[in-house]
Amino acid sequence: MADIAFLLLIFFLLTTTMDTDKGIPMVLPERGGEVKINPKNIAKILVNADGQILFDNKIVGDAELKDLLETRIKERGMDADGNPKLIVSIKTDRQTDYERYINVLDIVKESGATKISIAEPERE
Amino acid sequence: MFQKKQKAKQDIPTSSLPDIIFLLLFFFMVSTVIKKSQGIPIVTPAAHQTKKIESKRHLAYIWADDENRISIDDKLIPVSAIGSISGIIREKLDQDNRLIVSLKIDKRAKMGLVTDIQEQLRDAYAVRVNYSTRFK
Repeated sequence: MADIAFLLLIFFLLTTTMDTDKGIPMVLPERGGEVKINPKNIAKILVNADGQILFDNKIVGDAELKDLLETRIKERGMDADGNPKLIVSIKTDRQTDYERYINVLDIVKESGATKISIAEPERE
Repeated sequence: MFQKKQKAKQDIPTSSLPDIIFLLLFFFMVSTVIKKSQGIPIVTPAAHQTKKIESKRHLAYIWADDENRISIDDKLIPVSAIGSISGIIREKLDQDNRLIVSLKIDKRAKMGLVTDIQEQLRDAYAVRVNYSTRFK
């Protein structure tokens, strides 16, 4: 009896993968149903094919972007649920590297923004 | 002269051994999630805000690399047939409405491809995604 149990035990020991999956969770915008938002509550970020960030019509560096977003979040205040009112919209070029996009998303998340929207890049 | 030589028992009682083994067996049986697909070799980007996903059971994977290869369930999907992704994901979502799509995309991939995949996911109403990253 114990032998069979041992055999099964070893099988499950070997097949079990304990490594948990990790990553950045995101919720994509649902189709349709456009919501009107106060334009003051939107922060637009554009990442071009060279990986440069355009924020408020100025090219900014990584650290600068974080500072700017943090002040903007404080400026706009919190909603009833305690989330920042500011909505950060990230737009990329079709030629932007995925790694750069994740970098920028990481900076935005680090700045404390919770409402992040992904804008569709324009078709060439 | 009254001393008696005491002989202690030296063997461990083994009568409860099967119980212990069964307990371990059940633990591993319950916790095992058997891998469904192998995917394609990719290098995920690193990020500070990487978080662990609580449950592996509700995950569907989409692999994509810098050569525009897309793989779902070990089937390669050519870029020309990118429109078929929404159907595949829709089917998975019907079976499990708590589905999270894990995007395993190579860091050198272009955003054009990523956007096309995301558009397919939006078509399938699978809006909960996870960008697979490493800890920085």
